[in-house]
Amino acid sequence: MLLHDTALVYGRYLRQSLRSRFALLFGVLTPLLYLLFFGPLLTGLPLGEQGSSWQVLVPGLLLQLGLFGALFAGFTVIMENAQGVVERMRVTPVSRLALLLGRVLRDATVFVFQAVLLVLSAVVMGLRAPLPGILIGFVFVALLTLSLASLSYAIAMKVRTPQEFGPLINAVSMPSMLLSGLMLPMSLAPGWLDVLSHFVPFRYLVDAVRDAYVGQYTSAHMLYGVLVAVGFTGLTVTVGTRVFRTAGA
Amino acid sequence: MAAVISAAGLARTFQTRHGPVEAVRGIDLTVREGEILGFLGPNGAGKTTTLRMLTTLLKPTGGAATVAGHDLAADPAAVRRACGYVAQSGGVDPQITVREELVTQGRMYRLPKAGAVRRTAELARDLGLTELLDRKTAALSGGQRRRLDIAMALTHRPKVLFLDEPTTGLDPGSRADLWDLVRRLRDEYGTTVFLTTHYLDEADALADRLVIVDKGVVAAEGTPSALKLAHGGSIDATLQDTFLAITGRGPAAADPAPVAV
Repeated sequence: MLLHDTALVYGRYLRQSLRSRFALLFGVLTPLLYLLFFGPLLTGLPLGEQGSSWQVLVPGLLLQLGLFGALFAGFTVIMENAQGVVERMRVTPVSRLALLLGRVLRDATVFVFQAVLLVLSAVVMGLRAPLPGILIGFVFVALLTLSLASLSYAIAMKVRTPQEFGPLINAVSMPSMLLSGLMLPMSLAPGWLDVLSHFVPFRYLVDAVRDAYVGQYTSAHMLYGVLVAVGFTGLTVTVGTRVFRTAGA
Repeated sequence: MAAVISAAGLARTFQTRHGPVEAVRGIDLTVREGEILGFLGPNGAGKTTTLRMLTTLLKPTGGAATVAGHDLAADPAAVRRACGYVAQSGGVDPQITVREELVTQGRMYRLPKAGAVRRTAELARDLGLTELLDRKTAALSGGQRRRLDIAMALTHRPKVLFLDEPTTGLDPGSRADLWDLVRRLRDEYGTTVFLTTHYLDEADALADRLVIVDKGVVAAEGTPSALKLAHGGSIDATLQDTFLAITGRGPAAADPAPVAV
Protein backbone atom coordinates (compact mmCIF):
# COMPACT_ATOMS: atom_id res chain seq x y z
CA MET A 1 0.00 0.00 0.00
CA LEU A 2 2.77 2.43 0.94
CA LEU A 3 4.52 1.65 -2.32
CA HIS A 4 1.32 2.04 -4.35
CA ASP A 5 0.45 5.33 -2.65
CA THR A 6 3.96 6.71 -2.92
CA ALA A 7 4.10 5.87 -6.62
CA LEU A 8 0.73 7.55 -7.11
CA VAL A 9 1.70 10.77 -5.34
CA TYR A 10 5.12 10.74 -7.03
CA GLY A 11 3.49 10.36 -10.45
CA ARG A 12 1.13 13.23 -9.86
CA TYR A 13 3.90 15.62 -8.85
CA LEU A 14 6.38 14.44 -11.46
CA ARG A 15 3.79 15.16 -14.16
CA GLN A 16 3.38 18.58 -12.56
CA SER A 17 7.13 19.20 -12.87
CA LEU A 18 7.23 17.96 -16.44
CA ARG A 19 4.47 20.38 -17.37
CA SER A 20 6.69 23.32 -16.42
CA ARG A 21 9.86 22.48 -18.30
CA PHE A 22 11.06 26.05 -17.93
CA ALA A 23 11.11 25.79 -14.13
CA LEU A 24 12.81 22.44 -14.48
CA LEU A 25 15.81 24.06 -16.21
CA PHE A 26 15.64 27.39 -14.40
CA GLY A 27 16.72 25.85 -11.08
CA VAL A 28 20.13 25.00 -12.47
CA LEU A 29 20.77 28.60 -13.57
CA THR A 30 22.30 29.95 -10.34
CA PRO A 31 24.88 27.19 -9.89
CA LEU A 32 25.59 27.35 -13.61
CA LEU A 33 26.38 31.06 -13.34
CA TYR A 34 28.75 30.32 -10.45
CA LEU A 35 30.36 27.64 -12.56
CA LEU A 36 30.86 29.97 -15.54
CA PHE A 37 31.78 33.25 -13.88
CA PHE A 38 33.16 32.20 -10.49
CA GLY A 39 34.80 28.86 -11.30
CA PRO A 40 37.51 30.28 -13.58
CA LEU A 41 38.68 32.61 -10.76
CA LEU A 42 39.73 29.61 -8.68
CA THR A 43 41.82 27.73 -11.22
CA GLY A 44 45.13 29.30 -10.17
CA LEU A 45 44.48 29.66 -6.47
CA PRO A 46 45.93 27.40 -3.76
CA LEU A 47 42.78 25.87 -2.22
CA GLY A 48 44.58 23.59 0.19
CA GLU A 49 42.76 20.53 -1.19
CA GLN A 50 43.69 17.68 -3.46
CA GLY A 51 42.76 17.76 -7.12
CA SER A 52 41.93 20.66 -9.40
CA SER A 53 39.88 23.67 -8.41
CA TRP A 54 36.95 22.15 -10.31
CA GLN A 55 37.05 19.07 -8.08
CA VAL A 56 36.66 21.44 -5.12
CA LEU A 57 34.06 23.79 -6.58
CA VAL A 58 31.67 21.41 -8.35
CA PRO A 59 30.80 19.36 -5.22
CA GLY A 60 30.00 22.65 -3.49
CA LEU A 61 27.79 23.80 -6.35
CA LEU A 62 25.95 20.47 -6.40
CA LEU A 63 25.04 20.81 -2.75
CA GLN A 64 24.21 24.50 -3.23
CA LEU A 65 21.75 23.41 -5.91
CA GLY A 66 20.17 20.96 -3.46
CA LEU A 67 20.27 23.35 -0.53
CA PHE A 68 18.54 26.29 -2.18
CA GLY A 69 16.27 24.26 -4.41
CA ALA A 70 14.95 21.79 -1.86
CA LEU A 71 14.59 24.28 0.99
CA PHE A 72 12.16 26.29 -1.14
CA ALA A 73 10.14 23.20 -2.16
CA GLY A 74 7.60 24.06 0.55
CA PHE A 75 6.25 26.97 -1.47
CA THR A 76 4.22 24.50 -3.53
CA VAL A 77 2.58 23.14 -0.37
CA ILE A 78 1.64 26.66 0.71
CA MET A 79 -0.12 27.10 -2.64
CA GLU A 80 -1.76 23.69 -2.37
CA ASN A 81 -2.94 24.46 1.15
CA ALA A 82 -4.64 27.59 -0.16
CA GLN A 83 -6.26 25.57 -2.97
CA GLY A 84 -7.42 22.91 -0.50
CA VAL A 85 -5.50 20.18 -2.32
CA VAL A 86 -3.61 18.99 0.77
CA GLU A 87 -6.79 18.58 2.83
CA ARG A 88 -8.60 16.89 -0.02
CA MET A 89 -5.80 14.30 -0.13
CA ARG A 90 -5.71 13.97 3.64
CA VAL A 91 -9.38 12.87 3.79
CA THR A 92 -8.63 9.98 1.44
CA PRO A 93 -7.18 6.75 2.90
CA VAL A 94 -3.86 7.49 1.18
CA SER A 95 -0.85 6.88 3.46
CA ARG A 96 0.42 9.99 5.26
CA LEU A 97 4.02 8.90 4.71
CA ALA A 98 3.28 8.55 0.99
CA LEU A 99 1.93 12.11 0.83
CA LEU A 100 5.38 13.27 1.92
CA LEU A 101 7.53 10.61 0.23
CA GLY A 102 5.87 11.03 -3.18
CA ARG A 103 6.60 14.73 -3.07
CA VAL A 104 10.19 14.54 -1.84
CA LEU A 105 11.08 11.73 -4.24
CA ARG A 106 9.84 13.96 -7.06
CA ASP A 107 12.08 16.73 -5.72
CA ALA A 108 15.06 14.37 -5.52
CA THR A 109 14.44 13.31 -9.14
CA VAL A 110 14.32 16.90 -10.34
CA PHE A 111 17.45 17.96 -8.47
CA VAL A 112 19.47 14.93 -9.51
CA PHE A 113 18.49 15.71 -13.10
CA GLN A 114 19.68 19.30 -12.63
CA ALA A 115 22.85 18.01 -10.96
CA VAL A 116 23.60 15.87 -14.03
CA LEU A 117 23.22 18.96 -16.24
CA LEU A 118 25.53 20.90 -13.95
CA VAL A 119 28.21 18.20 -13.93
CA LEU A 120 28.06 17.85 -17.72
CA SER A 121 28.59 21.62 -18.03
CA ALA A 122 31.46 21.37 -15.55
CA VAL A 123 33.11 18.68 -17.63
CA VAL A 124 33.01 21.08 -20.57
CA MET A 125 34.59 23.75 -18.36
CA GLY A 126 37.44 21.45 -17.41
CA LEU A 127 36.27 19.15 -14.58
CA ARG A 128 37.95 15.75 -14.55
CA ALA A 129 36.87 13.34 -11.81
CA PRO A 130 36.44 9.56 -11.46
CA LEU A 131 33.01 8.27 -12.50
CA PRO A 132 32.26 6.42 -9.21
CA GLY A 133 33.02 9.66 -7.38
CA ILE A 134 30.63 11.60 -9.59
CA LEU A 135 27.90 9.00 -9.02
CA ILE A 136 28.47 9.15 -5.27
CA GLY A 137 28.03 12.91 -5.56
CA PHE A 138 24.57 12.39 -7.09
CA VAL A 139 23.60 10.08 -4.22
CA PHE A 140 24.49 12.83 -1.77
CA VAL A 141 22.45 15.34 -3.77
CA ALA A 142 19.50 12.93 -3.59
CA LEU A 143 19.82 12.44 0.18
CA LEU A 144 20.26 16.16 0.78
CA THR A 145 17.18 17.05 -1.26
CA LEU A 146 15.09 14.30 0.37
CA SER A 147 15.89 15.65 3.80
CA LEU A 148 15.69 19.37 3.06
CA ALA A 149 12.50 19.07 1.04
CA SER A 150 10.91 17.11 3.92
CA LEU A 151 11.96 19.85 6.29
CA SER A 152 10.68 22.51 3.92
CA TYR A 153 7.25 20.86 3.58
CA ALA A 154 7.03 20.50 7.36
CA ILE A 155 7.80 24.20 7.81
CA ALA A 156 5.38 25.18 5.04
CA MET A 157 2.53 23.22 6.68
CA LYS A 158 3.20 25.12 9.90
CA VAL A 159 3.70 28.71 8.75
CA ARG A 160 1.12 28.65 5.92
CA THR A 161 1.84 32.06 4.36
CA PRO A 162 4.54 32.87 1.78
CA GLN A 163 5.27 36.10 3.68
CA GLU A 164 6.51 34.10 6.66
CA PHE A 165 7.97 31.20 4.73
CA GLY A 166 10.33 33.09 2.38
CA PRO A 167 12.24 35.08 5.01
CA LEU A 168 12.43 32.05 7.30
CA ILE A 169 13.98 29.89 4.60
CA ASN A 170 16.40 32.64 3.60
CA ALA A 171 17.46 32.97 7.22
CA VAL A 172 18.31 29.25 7.23
CA SER A 173 19.80 28.83 3.78
CA MET A 174 22.28 31.72 3.56
CA PRO A 175 24.21 30.94 6.79
CA SER A 176 24.07 27.24 5.94
CA MET A 177 25.70 27.89 2.60
CA LEU A 178 28.40 30.18 3.97
CA LEU A 179 29.18 28.07 7.02
CA SER A 180 29.45 24.75 5.23
CA GLY A 181 32.20 25.87 2.84
CA LEU A 182 30.23 25.26 -0.33
CA MET A 183 32.08 27.89 -2.37
CA LEU A 184 35.55 27.62 -0.86
CA PRO A 185 36.75 24.81 1.40
CA MET A 186 36.70 25.45 5.14
CA SER A 187 40.30 24.26 5.29
CA LEU A 188 41.13 27.85 4.29
CA ALA A 189 39.20 29.21 7.28
CA PRO A 190 40.64 30.57 10.52
CA GLY A 191 40.22 28.23 13.50
CA TRP A 192 37.00 29.73 14.91
CA LEU A 193 35.19 29.60 11.57
CA ASP A 194 36.34 26.04 10.95
CA VAL A 195 35.05 25.00 14.40
CA LEU A 196 31.75 26.82 13.84
CA SER A 197 31.24 25.13 10.48
CA HIS A 198 31.36 21.71 12.12
CA PHE A 199 27.98 22.49 13.69
CA VAL A 200 26.41 22.78 10.23
CA PRO A 201 25.45 19.34 8.91
CA PHE A 202 26.08 20.25 5.26
CA ARG A 203 29.79 20.73 6.02
CA TYR A 204 30.13 16.94 6.32
CA LEU A 205 28.32 16.33 3.05
CA VAL A 206 30.53 18.72 1.11
CA ASP A 207 33.70 17.22 2.55
CA ALA A 208 32.49 13.74 1.62
CA VAL A 209 31.61 14.68 -1.97
CA ARG A 210 34.97 16.49 -2.39
CA ASP A 211 36.70 13.29 -1.26
CA ALA A 212 34.60 11.26 -3.70
CA TYR A 213 35.59 13.59 -6.53
CA VAL A 214 39.29 12.82 -5.92
CA GLY A 215 38.69 9.09 -5.62
CA GLN A 216 38.91 8.71 -1.83
CA TYR A 217 35.94 6.51 -1.07
CA THR A 218 36.96 5.17 2.32
CA SER A 219 38.11 8.32 4.13
CA ALA A 220 36.89 9.54 7.50
CA HIS A 221 35.18 12.43 5.69
CA MET A 222 33.20 9.92 3.66
CA LEU A 223 32.14 8.02 6.77
CA TYR A 224 30.96 11.16 8.55
CA GLY A 225 29.26 12.40 5.39
CA VAL A 226 27.27 9.18 5.01
CA LEU A 227 26.32 9.09 8.69
CA VAL A 228 25.17 12.71 8.74
CA ALA A 229 23.28 12.44 5.43
CA VAL A 230 21.44 9.25 6.39
CA GLY A 231 20.72 10.40 9.94
CA PHE A 232 19.47 13.81 8.80
CA THR A 233 17.25 12.22 6.16
CA GLY A 234 15.73 9.81 8.69
CA LEU A 235 15.07 12.63 11.13
CA THR A 236 13.51 15.06 8.66
CA VAL A 237 11.30 12.47 6.95
CA THR A 238 9.98 11.43 10.38
CA VAL A 239 9.23 15.04 11.30
CA GLY A 240 7.62 15.70 7.90
CA THR A 241 5.35 12.65 8.09
CA ARG A 242 4.25 13.61 11.57
CA VAL A 243 3.25 17.04 10.29
CA PHE A 244 1.26 15.58 7.37
CA ARG A 245 -0.54 13.29 9.82
CA THR A 246 -1.51 15.88 12.40
CA ALA A 247 -1.49 19.15 10.46
CA GLY A 248 -4.39 21.53 10.69
CA ALA A 249 -3.97 22.93 14.17
CA MET B 1 -33.70 5.05 11.34
CA ALA B 2 -30.17 4.26 12.42
CA ALA B 3 -27.74 7.02 13.36
CA VAL B 4 -24.93 7.39 10.86
CA ILE B 5 -23.14 10.13 12.77
CA SER B 6 -23.27 10.55 16.51
CA ALA B 7 -21.14 12.95 18.47
CA ALA B 8 -20.99 13.51 22.20
CA GLY B 9 -19.19 16.44 23.74
CA LEU B 10 -16.99 16.83 20.66
CA ALA B 11 -14.59 19.69 21.40
CA ARG B 12 -11.54 21.39 20.00
CA THR B 13 -9.35 23.93 21.70
CA PHE B 14 -6.60 25.64 19.73
CA GLN B 15 -3.46 26.80 21.50
CA THR B 16 -2.51 30.22 20.20
CA ARG B 17 0.01 32.85 21.20
CA HIS B 18 -2.80 34.70 22.95
CA GLY B 19 -3.82 31.68 25.00
CA PRO B 20 -6.24 28.82 24.32
CA VAL B 21 -9.19 29.41 21.97
CA GLU B 22 -12.19 27.11 22.40
CA ALA B 23 -13.41 26.86 18.80
CA VAL B 24 -15.79 24.00 19.58
CA ARG B 25 -16.82 23.57 23.20
CA GLY B 26 -18.91 20.41 23.13
CA ILE B 27 -21.11 19.35 20.25
CA ASP B 28 -23.75 16.67 20.76
CA LEU B 29 -25.55 15.61 17.64
CA THR B 30 -27.07 12.69 15.83
CA VAL B 31 -27.53 12.39 12.09
CA ARG B 32 -29.80 9.67 10.78
CA GLU B 33 -29.07 7.60 7.73
CA GLY B 34 -30.26 9.15 4.47
CA GLU B 35 -30.90 12.52 6.07
CA ILE B 36 -29.93 15.93 4.70
CA LEU B 37 -28.72 17.84 7.73
CA GLY B 38 -28.22 21.60 7.62
CA PHE B 39 -25.52 22.75 10.01
CA LEU B 40 -25.95 26.47 10.61
CA GLY B 41 -24.33 29.09 12.74
CA PRO B 42 -22.83 32.56 12.67
CA ASN B 43 -19.26 33.08 11.44
CA GLY B 44 -16.83 31.65 13.97
CA ALA B 45 -19.45 29.41 15.60
CA GLY B 46 -17.28 26.33 15.02
CA LYS B 47 -18.98 24.84 11.94
CA THR B 48 -15.88 24.21 9.86
CA THR B 49 -13.90 23.01 12.89
CA THR B 50 -16.64 20.46 13.66
CA LEU B 51 -16.65 19.33 10.04
CA ARG B 52 -12.87 18.96 10.04
CA MET B 53 -13.03 16.83 13.17
CA LEU B 54 -15.77 14.57 11.77
CA THR B 55 -13.72 14.02 8.60
CA THR B 56 -10.52 13.14 10.56
CA LEU B 57 -8.63 16.25 9.42
CA LEU B 58 -8.42 17.57 12.94
CA LYS B 59 -8.03 15.62 16.17
CA PRO B 60 -10.68 16.51 18.78
CA THR B 61 -9.35 17.67 22.13
CA GLY B 62 -12.44 16.35 23.88
CA GLY B 63 -15.49 14.16 23.43
CA ALA B 64 -16.07 11.31 21.00
CA ALA B 65 -17.89 10.59 17.77
CA THR B 66 -18.69 7.73 15.45
CA VAL B 67 -19.18 8.12 11.71
CA ALA B 68 -20.77 5.27 9.75
CA GLY B 69 -20.19 2.98 12.71
CA HIS B 70 -16.49 3.73 13.08
CA ASP B 71 -14.97 5.52 16.03
CA LEU B 72 -13.26 8.74 15.03
CA ALA B 73 -10.31 8.31 17.37
CA ALA B 74 -9.88 4.54 17.18
CA ASP B 75 -10.29 3.96 13.45
CA PRO B 76 -9.84 7.14 11.40
CA ALA B 77 -8.92 5.09 8.31
CA ALA B 78 -12.36 3.43 8.26
CA VAL B 79 -14.03 6.84 8.73
CA ARG B 80 -12.10 8.15 5.71
CA ARG B 81 -13.28 5.23 3.59
CA ALA B 82 -16.89 5.94 4.57
CA CYS B 83 -17.07 9.68 3.99
CA GLY B 84 -16.54 12.26 1.30
CA TYR B 85 -15.67 15.87 2.07
CA VAL B 86 -15.91 19.01 -0.03
CA ALA B 87 -14.11 21.91 1.63
CA GLN B 88 -15.03 25.54 1.04
CA SER B 89 -11.97 25.95 -1.12
CA GLY B 90 -12.69 22.78 -3.10
CA GLY B 91 -9.33 21.13 -3.57
CA VAL B 92 -8.26 20.69 -7.17
CA ASP B 93 -5.07 21.85 -8.85
CA PRO B 94 -5.86 24.53 -11.46
CA GLN B 95 -3.19 23.24 -13.85
CA ILE B 96 -4.50 19.68 -14.01
CA THR B 97 -7.28 18.38 -16.25
CA VAL B 98 -10.61 17.24 -14.85
CA ARG B 99 -9.89 13.70 -16.07
CA GLU B 100 -6.49 13.47 -14.39
CA GLU B 101 -7.84 14.78 -11.07
CA LEU B 102 -10.72 12.29 -11.09
CA VAL B 103 -8.55 9.33 -12.04
CA THR B 104 -5.88 10.18 -9.44
CA GLN B 105 -8.61 10.58 -6.83
CA GLY B 106 -9.93 7.11 -7.71
CA ARG B 107 -6.44 5.70 -7.31
CA MET B 108 -6.13 7.42 -3.92
CA TYR B 109 -9.21 5.49 -2.90
CA ARG B 110 -7.27 2.40 -4.00
CA LEU B 111 -9.21 1.61 -7.16
CA PRO B 112 -7.15 -0.26 -9.75
CA LYS B 113 -6.22 1.84 -12.76
CA ALA B 114 -8.95 0.50 -15.06
CA GLY B 115 -11.47 0.86 -12.25
CA ALA B 116 -10.46 4.48 -11.68
CA VAL B 117 -10.88 5.25 -15.37
CA ARG B 118 -14.31 3.57 -15.38
CA ARG B 119 -15.40 5.43 -12.25
CA THR B 120 -14.25 8.72 -13.79
CA ALA B 121 -16.49 8.16 -16.81
CA GLU B 122 -19.43 7.25 -14.53
CA LEU B 123 -19.02 10.28 -12.31
CA ALA B 124 -18.56 12.58 -15.29
CA ARG B 125 -21.79 11.29 -16.82
CA ASP B 126 -23.67 11.51 -13.55
CA LEU B 127 -22.52 15.07 -12.78
CA GLY B 128 -22.54 16.52 -16.29
CA LEU B 129 -18.77 16.77 -16.64
CA THR B 130 -18.25 14.51 -19.65
CA GLU B 131 -17.68 17.37 -22.10
CA LEU B 132 -15.22 18.98 -19.68
CA LEU B 133 -12.97 16.02 -18.94
CA ASP B 134 -10.01 17.32 -20.93
CA ARG B 135 -10.20 20.90 -19.65
CA LYS B 136 -7.87 22.20 -17.01
CA THR B 137 -9.79 22.80 -13.80
CA ALA B 138 -8.83 26.50 -13.95
CA ALA B 139 -11.01 26.80 -17.07
CA LEU B 140 -14.23 25.65 -15.35
CA SER B 141 -17.03 27.99 -14.28
CA GLY B 142 -17.94 28.24 -10.60
CA GLY B 143 -20.84 25.80 -10.94
CA GLN B 144 -18.76 23.33 -12.96
CA ARG B 145 -15.96 23.55 -10.38
CA ARG B 146 -18.39 22.71 -7.58
CA ARG B 147 -19.72 19.73 -9.52
CA LEU B 148 -16.15 18.53 -9.97
CA ASP B 149 -15.42 19.00 -6.26
CA ILE B 150 -18.47 16.91 -5.44
CA ALA B 151 -17.57 14.27 -8.03
CA MET B 152 -14.14 14.00 -6.37
CA ALA B 153 -15.80 13.43 -3.00
CA LEU B 154 -18.18 10.79 -4.45
CA THR B 155 -15.39 8.71 -6.00
CA HIS B 156 -15.69 5.88 -3.47
CA ARG B 157 -19.53 6.04 -3.09
CA PRO B 158 -19.34 7.32 0.49
CA LYS B 159 -22.19 6.73 2.92
CA VAL B 160 -21.82 10.26 4.25
CA LEU B 161 -21.05 13.40 2.25
CA PHE B 162 -19.84 16.51 4.06
CA LEU B 163 -20.30 19.79 2.18
CA ASP B 164 -18.84 22.99 3.61
CA GLU B 165 -20.76 25.97 2.23
CA PRO B 166 -21.25 24.28 -1.14
CA THR B 167 -23.11 27.11 -2.88
CA THR B 168 -21.11 30.12 -1.70
CA GLY B 169 -20.26 32.23 -4.72
CA LEU B 170 -22.57 30.40 -7.15
CA ASP B 171 -25.14 32.12 -9.33
CA PRO B 172 -28.84 31.34 -8.65
CA GLY B 173 -29.08 28.83 -11.52
CA SER B 174 -26.03 26.89 -10.37
CA ARG B 175 -27.34 26.93 -6.81
CA ALA B 176 -30.63 25.41 -7.88
CA ASP B 177 -28.73 22.75 -9.87
CA LEU B 178 -26.65 21.94 -6.85
CA TRP B 179 -29.71 21.57 -4.63
CA ASP B 180 -31.18 19.14 -7.15
CA LEU B 181 -27.93 17.22 -7.16
CA VAL B 182 -27.87 16.92 -3.37
CA ARG B 183 -31.48 15.70 -3.29
CA ARG B 184 -30.75 13.23 -6.07
CA LEU B 185 -27.76 11.80 -4.18
CA ARG B 186 -29.94 11.14 -1.21
CA ASP B 187 -32.86 9.76 -3.21
CA GLU B 188 -30.88 7.54 -5.59
CA TYR B 189 -27.98 6.40 -3.44
CA GLY B 190 -29.27 6.94 0.08
CA THR B 191 -26.28 9.16 0.80
CA THR B 192 -26.44 11.06 4.08
CA VAL B 193 -25.58 14.71 3.46
CA PHE B 194 -24.16 16.97 6.17
CA LEU B 195 -23.92 20.51 4.89
CA THR B 196 -23.02 23.87 6.35
CA THR B 197 -24.46 27.01 4.87
CA HIS B 198 -25.00 30.69 5.52
CA TYR B 199 -27.99 30.83 3.21
CA LEU B 200 -31.13 30.30 5.21
CA ASP B 201 -33.26 29.82 2.10
CA GLU B 202 -30.92 26.98 1.19
CA ALA B 203 -31.30 25.38 4.62
CA ASP B 204 -35.06 25.84 4.44
CA ALA B 205 -35.36 24.33 0.97
CA LEU B 206 -32.87 21.51 1.26
CA ALA B 207 -32.45 20.27 4.81
CA ASP B 208 -34.68 17.74 6.52
CA ARG B 209 -33.39 18.87 9.85
CA LEU B 210 -31.28 21.75 11.14
CA VAL B 211 -28.65 21.96 13.82
CA ILE B 212 -27.81 25.50 14.82
CA VAL B 213 -24.49 26.05 16.56
CA ASP B 214 -23.40 29.15 18.36
CA LYS B 215 -20.18 29.81 20.31
CA GLY B 216 -19.07 26.20 19.88
CA VAL B 217 -22.19 24.42 21.22
CA VAL B 218 -25.50 23.30 19.73
CA ALA B 219 -28.01 26.10 20.34
CA ALA B 220 -31.07 24.44 18.79
CA GLU B 221 -32.05 21.58 16.54
CA GLY B 222 -35.12 20.29 14.77
CA THR B 223 -36.98 20.47 11.49
CA PRO B 224 -37.17 23.95 9.94
CA SER B 225 -40.87 24.25 10.84
CA ALA B 226 -40.41 23.03 14.42
CA LEU B 227 -37.65 25.59 14.94
CA LYS B 228 -39.76 28.38 13.45
CA LEU B 229 -42.61 27.48 15.77
CA ALA B 230 -40.44 27.19 18.88
CA HIS B 231 -38.12 30.15 18.37
CA GLY B 232 -39.63 32.35 15.68
CA GLY B 233 -43.03 32.49 17.37
CA SER B 234 -45.05 30.90 14.57
CA ILE B 235 -44.75 28.33 11.80
CA ASP B 236 -44.95 31.21 9.34
CA ALA B 237 -41.93 32.98 10.84
CA THR B 238 -38.99 33.35 8.50
CA LEU B 239 -35.98 31.18 9.17
CA GLN B 240 -34.03 34.44 9.28
CA ASP B 241 -35.97 35.66 12.33
CA THR B 242 -35.77 32.21 13.90
CA PHE B 243 -32.02 32.08 13.39
CA LEU B 244 -31.52 35.53 14.86
CA ALA B 245 -33.70 34.66 17.85
CA ILE B 246 -31.69 31.50 18.53
CA THR B 247 -28.26 33.07 18.18
CA GLY B 248 -29.31 36.27 19.91
CA ARG B 249 -27.84 38.47 17.23
CA GLY B 250 -30.97 40.10 15.99
CA PRO B 251 -31.50 43.81 15.91
CA ALA B 252 -31.77 45.05 19.51
CA ALA B 253 -35.33 45.40 20.75
CA ALA B 254 -36.59 48.95 20.61
CA ASP B 255 -35.50 50.73 23.74
CA PRO B 256 -38.56 51.51 25.85
CA ALA B 257 -37.09 54.68 27.34
CA PRO B 258 -35.70 57.25 24.93
CA VAL B 259 -32.15 58.26 25.75
CA ALA B 260 -32.83 61.95 25.39
CA VAL B 261 -36.13 63.69 25.34
